[in-house]
Amino acid sequence: MSGFSRHRKSGAAVATFTAFEADLLRSLAAQLIELLRNEAATPESLDPLEELLDFSGPTREPDDPVLARLFPTAYPEDEEAAAEFRRYTEGTLRNSKAAGAAAIIDTLEESGLPPQPEDGMFIDVELDPAMAMTWMRSFTDMRLAIATRLGIEEGDEQVWYALPDDDPRAQVHDIYEWVGYLQETLVQAAS
Amino acid sequence: MSAPSPVELDEPVTSDLTDLATPWVTIVWNDPVNLMSYVTFVFTQYFGYARKKAEKLMLEVHHDGKSVVSTGSREEMERDVQAMHEYGLWATMQKADTP
Repeated sequence: MSGFSRHRKSGAAVATFTAFEADLLRSLAAQLIELLRNEAATPESLDPLEELLDFSGPTREPDDPVLARLFPTAYPEDEEAAAEFRRYTEGTLRNSKAAGAAAIIDTLEESGLPPQPEDGMFIDVELDPAMAMTWMRSFTDMRLAIATRLGIEEGDEQVWYALPDDDPRAQVHDIYEWVGYLQETLVQAAS
Repeated sequence: MSAPSPVELDEPVTSDLTDLATPWVTIVWNDPVNLMSYVTFVFTQYFGYARKKAEKLMLEVHHDGKSVVSTGSREEMERDVQAMHEYGLWATMQKADTP
């Protein structure tokens, strides 16, 4: 396992992934896109006509706790303003987050990741500063999603390390830490 | 090893007059997920804050649970909050406390 480093000449952030790692990253990005499109980003409406004429975004916090974390309520003490803010921003945010995850998949595949990767294969990626920022954002979204599903809290690392290796939560926590490591090294490479 | 960022501004581009007329603030809240380095990086990238100021704000978020990261008109703060959500930070906005 190795993270990102800064290419001395070009200033790009570079990393080499094993086929397994690149495939895992692609799958996390794909799940993120799925999640973002899962719960309709439109409010439930009472009237079919109103529903057909409603071109705007959602006004209520998403039911899924992951989506609720990805799209927090901007005005905690003003329900009406919060709904308005959500209506105007959530759709855009969903699209930009989905586009970020799609950019990760595209980069990996353009860097040679085949549909069915074989063992012993390595994928070299090179990210310019704008793409590095896109990856960082998407790493954040992946980590927020995993952390919300697992119920990660401040300073609870020992709880996760104490789980037996074959506990699926321990495995998911390992992936969470791995994406965190990628994130940390990418920030350093881009700073 | 890391080189200093080429352009660093001490303050965000907001005028004092705007602040007085329309006192709103963007608050970033602590969460158990976001890395300290990433939060600092976001503050330098998005707000154009110098590294020192970005770190100070990040540490406020970390230790105090929240920090006011920008001040300005309501429209400006809505832009900032939306941007913070795009970066995955937990941000809210409210009227600035009256002195």
